[in-house]
Amino acid sequence: MTDIARVLIVDDEPHIRRLLRTTLERASYGVVEAENARAAMDRLTDASPDVVLLDLGLPDRDGLELIPLIRKQSTATLLVVSAREATDLKVAALDLGADDYVTKPFDSEELLARVRTALRHRIHQQGAQSSVVAGDVEIDLVNRRVLKGEVDVHLTPKEYGVVAELAKFPGRVITHQQLMSAVWPHDYERHIEYLRVVIRNIRQKIETDVSRPAILVNELGVGYRLLGGDPAG
Amino acid sequence: MADDSRPDPDALLRIAAQEGRGRLKVFLGAAPGVGKTWEMLSDGAERRKAGADVVVGVVETHGRAETEALTRGHEIIPRRSEAYQGRQLTEMDMDAILARRPGLVLVDELAHSNAPGSRHPKRYQDVEELLAAGIDVYSTINIQHIESLNDIVASFTHVRVRETVPDRILESAEIEVVDIPPDELIERLKQGKVYIPQEATRALNHFFSKSNLSALRELALRRAAQAVDSQMLEHVRQHALSGSWASGDRVVVAVSEAPDADRLIRAGKRMADALRASWTAVHVDTPRSRAFDEDDRKRLANALNLANQLGGTVVSVPAADVVEGLASYTREVRATQLILGHSAHAAWYAPWRRPVADQILQAGGDLAVHVLPTKAQSTRGRRLYLPSWRAGPTSAYGWTLLMVAAVTGSGLALFQVLDLANVGLLYLLPVMVASSLFGLRAGLFAGVASSLAYNFLFLPPTGSLTIANPENVVSIVVLLGVAFVTSQFSARIRDQAELAGSSARENAAQAGFLRQISATGNEEELLQTICGEIRRMFAVRTALLVAASGGPQLRAAVPPENRFDTIELAAAQWAMEKNQPAGLGSDTLTASDWLFYPLRAAGKVVAVIGLATEDGSQPIRSDDIPLLMSLLDQAALVLERMQLEDELRDIAQLKDRDRLRAALLSSVSHDLRTPLTAILGITQELRGAVQDDRLDMLESEAQRLNRFIANLLDMARVEAGVIRLKLEPVDLTDAIGSAVHDTRRALAGHDIELDVSPSLPLVMVDAQLFHHCLINLLDNAGRYADPGTPVRIAAERRPGALCLSILDQGPGIPAGREGEIFETFIRIEGSDRSKTGTGLGLAIVKAFAEAMGLTAEAANRDEPRGARFSLLFPDNRLVREPDQEQLL
Repeated sequence: MTDIARVLIVDDEPHIRRLLRTTLERASYGVVEAENARAAMDRLTDASPDVVLLDLGLPDRDGLELIPLIRKQSTATLLVVSAREATDLKVAALDLGADDYVTKPFDSEELLARVRTALRHRIHQQGAQSSVVAGDVEIDLVNRRVLKGEVDVHLTPKEYGVVAELAKFPGRVITHQQLMSAVWPHDYERHIEYLRVVIRNIRQKIETDVSRPAILVNELGVGYRLLGGDPAG
Repeated sequence: MADDSRPDPDALLRIAAQEGRGRLKVFLGAAPGVGKTWEMLSDGAERRKAGADVVVGVVETHGRAETEALTRGHEIIPRRSEAYQGRQLTEMDMDAILARRPGLVLVDELAHSNAPGSRHPKRYQDVEELLAAGIDVYSTINIQHIESLNDIVASFTHVRVRETVPDRILESAEIEVVDIPPDELIERLKQGKVYIPQEATRALNHFFSKSNLSALRELALRRAAQAVDSQMLEHVRQHALSGSWASGDRVVVAVSEAPDADRLIRAGKRMADALRASWTAVHVDTPRSRAFDEDDRKRLANALNLANQLGGTVVSVPAADVVEGLASYTREVRATQLILGHSAHAAWYAPWRRPVADQILQAGGDLAVHVLPTKAQSTRGRRLYLPSWRAGPTSAYGWTLLMVAAVTGSGLALFQVLDLANVGLLYLLPVMVASSLFGLRAGLFAGVASSLAYNFLFLPPTGSLTIANPENVVSIVVLLGVAFVTSQFSARIRDQAELAGSSARENAAQAGFLRQISATGNEEELLQTICGEIRRMFAVRTALLVAASGGPQLRAAVPPENRFDTIELAAAQWAMEKNQPAGLGSDTLTASDWLFYPLRAAGKVVAVIGLATEDGSQPIRSDDIPLLMSLLDQAALVLERMQLEDELRDIAQLKDRDRLRAALLSSVSHDLRTPLTAILGITQELRGAVQDDRLDMLESEAQRLNRFIANLLDMARVEAGVIRLKLEPVDLTDAIGSAVHDTRRALAGHDIELDVSPSLPLVMVDAQLFHHCLINLLDNAGRYADPGTPVRIAAERRPGALCLSILDQGPGIPAGREGEIFETFIRIEGSDRSKTGTGLGLAIVKAFAEAMGLTAEAANRDEPRGARFSLLFPDNRLVREPDQEQLL
């Protein structure tokens, strides 16, 4: 069996490492482990993993400090897996360069889904995709058009801006800050309500059930993600 | 769980530090040589003694022995050496410090530029990194290195420094001004105690001029004032710094003994409030006011008391006349507004005098003078000012007689050669000498004696007091006139000299007082010193009472006083509560043997001082009141500063405790969740391999434990008061979506009915706390709803609020217990199904909801039967529709 990708697990708990290892191996990933920050940096060089699952509570160094170091050394997709659930911590991890954040205890299936999404994004990182499909919605980034089914959806420039920003990294959580600075670059006071209302307006146009959004999904206190987004072409 | 790999106390402290950035304290000086480094080292030593982990990152001792000695007690992180263009440059070793992870690091010279090749070009950037790593930093800086002040400093010193530190660094820092008087600094410079690099000596000699140093000092104090919190700011503005920097305006009210002086004072207070300026009530202490009777004095004292009570500063200015006093005082404090009274009656008795306002305006300056009409000056009309009509010693009359006799003798001897008029001139001599030396009475006495002798011995017919020639009447009138005028002038000069002397004494007294009380080290000592000094200056018995929970508490007295009678205590309490003098000689509780004055700082009474004499007479003279007031103001300021320092220390301790608690919570959460993650993960893993319904049980129990831990941690946060709200606009759809997703297991078997219109306004909540509220409500519904029934989430507008409800179909809440259901550890029984829960969930809902300004409600409903839990968002938690333009 050939590994579809190599995953580096950084966690000081042997049981968690074992659990992650079985889960990942079952899904045909290759696994390397590191029990502390120092070992993690070593494995990063000698095993060159495609994905890093990073726990923040390491014995020798705070995991947050490790994020920029990993980013500097490697292009691996970086998922934070932590028991700490403060939203500002999540935002900090994402701002420092993590691709996603999973809270312990996690659902194995959800974790695998996140890894898949993150990897797919990594593959498409180089050549930006021209179009993204999410559910029955297609976002054409070249012609700046959004279609629901076969029907053209009319979006205002701000609405399209938000959709396009999310579509650049389908499946990945984009922080409020990232969305705000992309779409409202001159709003220094960070009026999140602009973003909230624009998201709500977009949902009215593209979601099937507006009160149960399935395409533009909220990530509590952190940001939004475009769910079920598949790059098409 | 591997115990060996979890580091304990250290890890905790590290987490604690990560919870917040380190704190920065900056020792700010006006110029090199004021002793910042020394101050920093001794503060650091104190922290070390208190148990803090203190190291020296970098300190420039410049070879000063005292400073060197202070560094010796500290652990010093060796500097890193860097070769640059053939020279060895040493810099602070950041890596070593970060690896060492002390609690506090001392870093001298915040404005320093690092050697090329260092981690950061500037030392303040190093400091920022240390702070971000959770390490506290003490540092030093001179005022001219602060970026925004660089230009200003360069403009008057003509020395521009290139190394500047951005203001933002200082904004979040605690600032301590290290301050010594310019003269002392210049002295230190002369003694070679100030380190100056060789090449800068010439430029710096100019820099160290007294005027420059004074200006730098003022800048430093202002900058420090900017940094302290609003309370301290108010404080400094009111008391510490004179001059008009606060708002640019400064109001001065001229206070006299006139009956309606309080109107002027209130007008001044109103104007000062409107202009957001500081204000002063000034009484010009002229020779005339020395002649006040007791009523005048009392009215004046009342007026000055009122000013003090309204937050004004009270000043007494000695001067020969009102105009001169006001003009010089307003100039000195750069007043912009002057308020004075004008009586319509004033003109009749001295029509040649121009109104005071005119004269002051004439004196120039950008002073606006406001003249308010006053009622009748004084009920008895004004008295004409007479120079001190003092009797003088009896010997004065003897000397006067002797002089007159001598002149008479020489007149008789010279009568042959001189004519009559010239002999008369001779008599001017004793008159002038007597009146200038001994005062008006002696002068007039000399005049009368001279005229009698002249008349009797020289004027024809001699040997009698009859005057034959009316011309000679003129001579006598002139003699008396000269006596009067001369005594006037010389008395005036003498009075002025006396005034100048007394004002110098007052200034010296104030300076000495401030020095004495500032030198005290603790509150007891301070209180005792205040009592002792006031006693020394006013020759009264003194006692100080400080506010305590059971009323004023006697804390110090000179001579010692054990306890007060009820009437004294009542007077002291009155003075404290009403912020007014009380007791003997005041308007209230005059039966008391003591007179009590409040000590106010920033408008708040911090203590009262009691004054009494041994014989029960009036303890303080009204002309001493301004001096007493200003001494009490200083005392209050020092006392309050001391109390504030204590308070700040307490707050710092509390913060440390909070930090530790937060660290513990965070660590507990990690330690409990990690094994749970393993259990849940392995259960899911096993499901693929084994078919056993006990796995379902295992998983649901583990999930329950997880929910329980989350609630326990949340509750601990509520109880510890460490919830920090981050309110932001949240879309209910988003919040409900996340909560439904996270409770999907607890709600398995129930349909979720959503009735939340997407057009409802956004709500202002803390996303995470709100999430926990919703999760607990949904979890609760999942537990108590009948199986298979739908759970409904509905939002509706009500008048004045938005209501979000979660409705289940089930047994509902037992009647009458709707109110207590939100209490901790209440679980509703009365159902045969086993209800799993800790009783914490709903208590958390209530606590979090209230923390965010929402209301939690519980009620039963019929049709279908069940419970309804609601969160009410008041209008101020609803976000207004944003500007459409921003959305297009």
